[in-house]
Amino acid sequence: MSDTPLLSVQDITKTYGARIGCTGVSFDLWPGEVMGIVGESGSGKSTLLGCMAGHLAPDSGRVVFDTRDAGPRDVLAMREPERRMLGRTDWAFVHQNPRDGLRMGVSAGGNVGERLMAVGARHYGQIREAATDWLQRVEIDAGRIDDKPRQFSGGMQQRLQIARNLVTGPRLVFMDEPTGGLDVSVQARLLDLLRGLVRQMGLSAVIVTHDLAVVRLLADRLMVMKDGRVIEQGLTDQVLDDPQHAYTQLLVSSVLQV
Amino acid sequence: MIAVRDVAKQFVLHTQGGAVLPVMAGASLTVQAGECVGLTGASGAGKSTLMRMIWGNYRIDGGSITVAGVELAGAEPRAVIALRRGTLGYVSQFLRVVPRVPTLDVVAEPLLALGVDPAVARGRAAELLARLNIPEPLWTLSPTTFSGGEQQRVNIARGFIHVWPVMLLDEPTASLDAANRAVVLDLILEAKARGAAILGIFHDEGARTAVCDRVVDVTGFSVLR
Repeated sequence: MSDTPLLSVQDITKTYGARIGCTGVSFDLWPGEVMGIVGESGSGKSTLLGCMAGHLAPDSGRVVFDTRDAGPRDVLAMREPERRMLGRTDWAFVHQNPRDGLRMGVSAGGNVGERLMAVGARHYGQIREAATDWLQRVEIDAGRIDDKPRQFSGGMQQRLQIARNLVTGPRLVFMDEPTGGLDVSVQARLLDLLRGLVRQMGLSAVIVTHDLAVVRLLADRLMVMKDGRVIEQGLTDQVLDDPQHAYTQLLVSSVLQV
Repeated sequence: MIAVRDVAKQFVLHTQGGAVLPVMAGASLTVQAGECVGLTGASGAGKSTLMRMIWGNYRIDGGSITVAGVELAGAEPRAVIALRRGTLGYVSQFLRVVPRVPTLDVVAEPLLALGVDPAVARGRAAELLARLNIPEPLWTLSPTTFSGGEQQRVNIARGFIHVWPVMLLDEPTASLDAANRAVVLDLILEAKARGAAILGIFHDEGARTAVCDRVVDVTGFSVLR
């Protein structure tokens, strides 16, 4: 087992005026681990995800990432170009709505290739080949490479967003409700795909969702948030099968069979 | 390989006004490599509760449980995750899978997680499914639509695909016919012969006699009145 966490989140607090977004959140994420964050709307889980991924500036706290070149670095203290580079290489962000993560006016192949070009790929043939390979890995017919995402179904768009994010071989993926808004049958396929990719690529991931069935199948660890605070965290099946906190017990007992 | 020492468990029922329900105290047992130990006791006495604490999905509220030298009481999630990946196997009574994933892949998954070549892992899965009499045309289908007995056999195939040094078996023969029951008992005996430490719940007395070296009655650990 590695002795350096891939991501170490330390005492993150973000307020919106007098209102708490999230407060005092700390955890370590280890290489290859998938962590789920659950909680109802307004619990602060998306705020926390935004702070970790650099979309929001927290009021205080540190987000330390074990970079390839320089070891553990506080991402929040990085200069903007450095952080942007991280966002294109070792980090990926899968949005709930594929339209937020894709360029809708650019072809499917272009969407995947663009991220490769952002890290310096220039050879057209190689870029197209990598794009074709990734479309197939996410089960999109290679014949659709020149189609625009708006011609795709919701499930296909989500898979395309995943391909675009993973093409640069990131080590850490943030996902915001990746299966939200999809039909259950499409969700199942996406879950299977994500599980396979996490295993094959040795990815670490942080997944925000309100769906306990999704975390049961995808996450090794689970964090439960309420009113901006972490109220319980641990092994996913321990939190779900033997919840300690009143709110977690309520959450688990409110669900139709997880 | 398994050492349970003076373990206690309680449930705090917040949905019922925070009532504290102690269910177990002073639970102790050991299982050596190559040994199969059966848990006995009336329904509700705490057999499954004890198994779950050893698997790690129930928190240990007192005492100590070590599996292959790893302390589980208060363990970091990643220690438990690592233990489950290579050392500790569990055949539960319920099959929990991503819908639409073919049976062959469901069974092969523990090996894939260990980085075994997919073709080798699927080959091994096919062998086990055949041995457990799951008809080949079903292998490409998701087990979610299978009968109870078939699902249980898929679960068993998955549970025996890796040579776990420590195994937990929760009623592995419960809903099986005589022929399949015999296959499962053989699998357990083979695992034992390989040196696995096995702790199981067997309601079927014949099965218990066939595979268990000794039994531990959990009634004495129960504090429920």
